[in-house]
Amino acid sequence: MVAIDARGSRLKRERVRTAWLFLSPMLLVLAVVAAWPLLRTIWFGFTDANLSALGQWRFIGLDNYLARYDGEWFGLLADPHWWNAVTNTLWFTFVSVALETVFGMIVALVLHTPFSGRGLVRAAVLIPWAIPTIVSAKMWSWMLNDQFGVINAMLLAVGLVDAPVAWTADPATAMWAVVAVDVWKTTPFMALLLLAGLQMIPRDCYEAARIDGVGPLRVFLKITLPLLRPALIVAVVFRGLDALRVFDLIYVITSNSRTTMSMSVYARQQLVDFQEVGIGSAASTLLFLVIAMLTVVVLTAGRVELSGRTVR
Amino acid sequence: MKADKLLRRAGLYLLVGVIVMYSVFPFYYAVITSLRSGSAIFSTSIVPSAIGLDNYAATFAEQPFARNIANSVVVSSVVVLASLFLATTAAYALARVSFRGRGLLLLTILSVSMFPQVAVLSGMFELVRWLGLYNSLPALMLSNMILTLPFTVWVLTTFMRELPKELEEAAIVDGAGDWVIVRRVFLPLLGPALVTTGLLAFIAAWNEFLFALTFTLTNEQRTVPVAIALITGASARELPWGRLMAASVIVTVPLIALVLVFQRRIIAGLTAGAIKG
Repeated sequence: MVAIDARGSRLKRERVRTAWLFLSPMLLVLAVVAAWPLLRTIWFGFTDANLSALGQWRFIGLDNYLARYDGEWFGLLADPHWWNAVTNTLWFTFVSVALETVFGMIVALVLHTPFSGRGLVRAAVLIPWAIPTIVSAKMWSWMLNDQFGVINAMLLAVGLVDAPVAWTADPATAMWAVVAVDVWKTTPFMALLLLAGLQMIPRDCYEAARIDGVGPLRVFLKITLPLLRPALIVAVVFRGLDALRVFDLIYVITSNSRTTMSMSVYARQQLVDFQEVGIGSAASTLLFLVIAMLTVVVLTAGRVELSGRTVR
Repeated sequence: MKADKLLRRAGLYLLVGVIVMYSVFPFYYAVITSLRSGSAIFSTSIVPSAIGLDNYAATFAEQPFARNIANSVVVSSVVVLASLFLATTAAYALARVSFRGRGLLLLTILSVSMFPQVAVLSGMFELVRWLGLYNSLPALMLSNMILTLPFTVWVLTTFMRELPKELEEAAIVDGAGDWVIVRRVFLPLLGPALVTTGLLAFIAAWNEFLFALTFTLTNEQRTVPVAIALITGASARELPWGRLMAASVIVTVPLIALVLVFQRRIIAGLTAGAIKG
């Protein structure tokens, strides 16, 4: 008996060693492409590094974040453009994720209803998701073009506007244009996640409600929504964390315009266009901290709620 | 009662119609714009007119677009193959062997997929320069791994966990080593999962923009998204929209074809990544 136990535990130890061996290539790659660059970025945030001579930098402490010279405040936290980028990012995240959730829910409910040609419709809905972000941005820029855009032409034709609107150039509408493209592109993702959630709800729940003669709106509010909550939370969290780092869409639709700049666009402009690796890295670090904190909050909250189901 | 049901049916189909229109129209409009030549490009009619392939010819004539497509194909394929190899071995360890710290490790890997790309940009830039990879495709292959590797590991791990335990127990009794178990027992069963995650990784790498924009300098090294973003006309006000739409259609058609063919697999992969997570 003892001998078998000893052999069993030796076998187990050996398996664990092999497991780490199998993990090591992947961990090594992640260390090289994720951990190391992240640590370097955080470090650069405390230096005055410049892109043209990355090797020569001086440690300057928190000066990139906040510094005071001759009675004036300098640094990221004193830069109104940075705060504008922060507001833009939060506004974009909130508005686009809210709209995507509502539209995604509508699409998911429609796709959950049986009708002929449902497979084709589901395929059509997936098309925006398949189109590269850059391409969607360009396609919509063309449709939203002030002179030759089809959207202005349509709105003029039905009399909703009197004169063509410069959707992407006018600061009042530019952010909405970005949101419109994002909603178009990512609603399918939301809809599919919610649809998967809907399909997991047992049919008997609906049967019982149908026999009791409960109206469709009440069924949705009292049965569907509560049972869909886990899937809904996961979908919103994923999308929200993704929206916070928005770059491609804004960069292509409105370029480096100050009025629509997101935190990622701001950081890259400092880093590449102004060659200010120090300030750009500090901005990136702040964005990383915001997302990291949210991720930790979500993961711990999720672990409590989904424990046993997530990390088995 | 009957009229009520009919009305509801009509409402449903109306909604379906709106959803399909909304999803498909922008791409349809890009296609008909790309087919218009000359001044017909400025027509806002939604029916095709003045059909010709001038814009497609111009796309390849005015810039090394064929080269850009080849770059994208090479980078994405290498990224997919490397990710799948690394993720399969890692997922075997994470899904089939229980060891201390496994849950934490999985969570750490998942949190890497939440990294904002810009947070690794300056560190990656330094690394790319140090390795002498600046303005070359290997720079993009390396940096794209941060996008594809975490979720490939995550999805393959969830797939592998579902397989019955008897599989490797029998193999272990027969004296097979872990490497043989992965290759002979799991790899054949993982086929569908590998197709799904491979597709998702391919799409992610194909669409990647920030790294490709920052780590390449010349037209010949650019991937498709960057090439499209940087198409310019005589002045900023006069973008060559016809060419732009032609280029957009060229790079999108293969993706749409992939998505339509592998629809079910992609949906399974997307939801496995999130719902089970």
